[in-house]
Amino acid sequence: MSYISWFADVGLADRPHVGGKGGSLGELHGAGIAVPPGFIIRTSAFERFLAAIEAECPVRAQIESLDAEDLCAVTACCAAMRSRLEQAPLPAEVQREIESAHAELCGSHSRALAVRSSATSEDAADASFAGLQDTYLWVQDLDQTVQKVRSCWASLYSVESVTYRRKRKLPEQAVAMAVVVQTMVDARTAGVMFTRSPTTGDRSVITIEGAWGLGSAVVGGEVTPDRWVLSKVTGDITVRDISDKAIRHAPAVSGGIETRPVEEELRRAPCLSDEQLQTLRGIARRVERHYGCPQDIEWALERASGEVLLLQSRPETVWSSRQAEPVARPAGNPLNHVMSIFGGRR
Amino acid sequence: MNRQEAPKGFPLPSSLKVIAGTERAQAAYPYTVQFGKGDDERFWFYNSMHFPEPMSCFDMVTAEAAYCALGAANTRVHCLPTTLGIDHRIINGRVYIGGNAVTDPQQIARRTEEFQKRAFYYYENWERLYGQWKGKMLALIREAEALPKPALPEFEPLEHVHQGRGIASNHYLLDTYQRTLEGYFRMWHHHFEFLLLGYGAYLTFFAFCKKAFPEIADQTVARMVAGIEAEIFRPDEELRRLARRAVDLGVDGKFTDGVPAEIVIRSLEACGAPGKEWLKELAASRDPWFNINVGDGFYHYHRSWNDDLSMPFAGLPGYIARLRAGETLERPFEKLQEERRQLIAEYRELLGSEEERAAYDQMITLAHRVFPYVEGHKFYCEHWYTNLFFNKIREFGALLASHGFFADAEDVFHLTHYELESAIVDLMNAWSTGSAPRGPAHWPALIAERRAAIEEWARHETPPALGPVPDVIDDPAIVMLWGITRESLDTWLKAGEEGASSEIRGFAASSGVVEGTARVVKSVEEIGRLQAGDILVCQVTNPTWAPIFQKIAAAVSDIGGSMSHAAIVAREFGLPAVVGTGTATSRIRDGQRVRVDGGRGIVTLL
Repeated sequence: MSYISWFADVGLADRPHVGGKGGSLGELHGAGIAVPPGFIIRTSAFERFLAAIEAECPVRAQIESLDAEDLCAVTACCAAMRSRLEQAPLPAEVQREIESAHAELCGSHSRALAVRSSATSEDAADASFAGLQDTYLWVQDLDQTVQKVRSCWASLYSVESVTYRRKRKLPEQAVAMAVVVQTMVDARTAGVMFTRSPTTGDRSVITIEGAWGLGSAVVGGEVTPDRWVLSKVTGDITVRDISDKAIRHAPAVSGGIETRPVEEELRRAPCLSDEQLQTLRGIARRVERHYGCPQDIEWALERASGEVLLLQSRPETVWSSRQAEPVARPAGNPLNHVMSIFGGRR
Repeated sequence: MNRQEAPKGFPLPSSLKVIAGTERAQAAYPYTVQFGKGDDERFWFYNSMHFPEPMSCFDMVTAEAAYCALGAANTRVHCLPTTLGIDHRIINGRVYIGGNAVTDPQQIARRTEEFQKRAFYYYENWERLYGQWKGKMLALIREAEALPKPALPEFEPLEHVHQGRGIASNHYLLDTYQRTLEGYFRMWHHHFEFLLLGYGAYLTFFAFCKKAFPEIADQTVARMVAGIEAEIFRPDEELRRLARRAVDLGVDGKFTDGVPAEIVIRSLEACGAPGKEWLKELAASRDPWFNINVGDGFYHYHRSWNDDLSMPFAGLPGYIARLRAGETLERPFEKLQEERRQLIAEYRELLGSEEERAAYDQMITLAHRVFPYVEGHKFYCEHWYTNLFFNKIREFGALLASHGFFADAEDVFHLTHYELESAIVDLMNAWSTGSAPRGPAHWPALIAERRAAIEEWARHETPPALGPVPDVIDDPAIVMLWGITRESLDTWLKAGEEGASSEIRGFAASSGVVEGTARVVKSVEEIGRLQAGDILVCQVTNPTWAPIFQKIAAAVSDIGGSMSHAAIVAREFGLPAVVGTGTATSRIRDGQRVRVDGGRGIVTLL
């Protein structure tokens, strides 16, 4: 299979071919961290798709000729490109491979899927570009899946993305996108966690935020999540902020997500037990150790199994980019350290 | 916002009145400790950590001897750059103390130079000097043990005459008394020989951790440094050992909750060889490990386990029950050591650079070097020696009581140590002249008055601090020994304003969340009221209460930091503990339901 890779077969090193998200999910899977099962439609599929379109009419050259300041021209060109990409048929080989991977992932029964764009430059340190591409949740069948894959590809030609690239004069030849297709997690509770304090930069604590239902409500800021701070090393829970969680995101019967009110008795109840917090701490530490730097993680607790699954992990960028002075330097005479206590304020 | 509000301060010393009807008892304390001119300009705080109850006249010797020695070490021996000694004042039986900061930069520079010559020498030669210290301390203890029991025979023993001793027995009353007192003052010099340096090295590491890991719990730093085999654990370990021996020897059936120690001992004596064997084991544990008193050693009535076996015996049935349930009661030394190593290594790994790791290594090495003294000295000083001292004074009390000075030997503790010397001289004179001593007509009324005053004082709250609030507290001694910072003063001031809140905040000393019935124990005599599952609420928790810790569900105290021994013992027992709340004993009602969150340092009134 040249157009499809399973999570088990890739890692971070494959990012040029599977994108940031795909590489990260593969890497996590390889490190023994549970992620929702799925596959990646590699950038080669996109290249093949684009080549078929370019055979009729150039795409990349036309984009490169755009002036980022000419918003009218950019908007018109982008609308035309997106519409072409969203409507073009997939090359037969690509279509066949997606069909067969889809069947393998879903088996005989229908399964809701997430279709997530995985750009080759996304999830890298330039966080401003991250998130410009689209993710589609609770996608119901093969036809929809294929349609959303096209939409992901087409999202490369959104006004925002194109403007971003033109302003930086990035070569279009290097622009490609992989797409992750994985099963949806029907989350009882979901949220994010940081392996470094967002407020103080402390590397010895883990901040966990979560709310009832799907994580999109937390990530999208539609609910104030419960918040805990745990010592990374000892597991002591030093902060417990339980909030009033009025709504939750749930899968809609017709596909997609809907917002529902949270049952009265659950609104002010903590959405994670101490035991679940410790499980999350264990996972956070493994992921951080694996990557060797503080992480920003999206997680979900599956309703049926109670299992924790990771949806995403990326390096923390805010504190890591600051060049902090060392807290202390070794002293020629170690005893001089005590002068910080006995020497008075300086 | 740039509001310039005058900070709400504490009452001035001059506004704090001696409680009506106790003026004469207050006047019994020496002039040196009465509040007076100039004291309103200084900041004072109530030393409820060491002296949580009104002090009888004699017990004030501890404040005098301790501050004499503390000040000497800081001011003259090690020359701490920014602080001299600590002054103390007494009102309504309460000890207020105030630091004496050095602020002149030239003086600080001069003292810094001296400090580095002196303190650094101690750090560099710590093991040798500390080894020597233990020798000095044991010699001092042996000296105190060898002091004769004060007695006055009707006639001088004939052998003294034949020996031509020439000095009569009455002289030895004064001699023994003065040597008793001298030994106590000397002991306190030993006590402070290393203490500030030890705490300072620990705090250096502590401050580093707080800077590198702003959200690290105090208790976690304490756990990285605390010893696993410190003396402070020994009495409780001996108790566990005795429980195991009772089961091995098959005499465990003799230990039942609520049966007094002397009855248990009598039944063991009567049950043949195994009972006698266990009593031999008991004797081995008692010397020296039962020389631990049920308080902090600062009150004459905090008797030692040796003087009053009810405390250790109260713990035995619980331990025996746990053994029968299959527990071994062994402290898993290797596991604890390994956990500590792991903790240190994992925080080290989380540091930002190799440079920081190298500094961390230097600081924790020094902290580990000094900590055995910080943890160990209390057993020798506040417990073992202090017991000997108060028991010797008790012997003088018994002698004076037998000559009609007062009704009960314990009444002697209502005399200041100066007054006691005059009473002894009175008795010496009377014995020599053959006349009646004057004391019996003098002391009983005063003692009755003073006893009543202490009872009265205990019924009144006393302000946690007096005088103007300093902008910062930069006195390492006060920060280290009492954990008092500008932030804690703000909390105290706020506590007065926000009496209605249902939360009490303190130091998170040992994590875990527990709900239960609060038992507000204001003095050590009340600990019998604690039932299994109760939450102990007290002014200052104490590690010698360890047998009680197996019974309670959590501990809360007014005073103490996360490195206090109470916190260490709570962690050892895996009990949630919140210490240093400032107000728990006054805000929590006895019998009230509370929730203790030891990981966050919060007690919630339910």
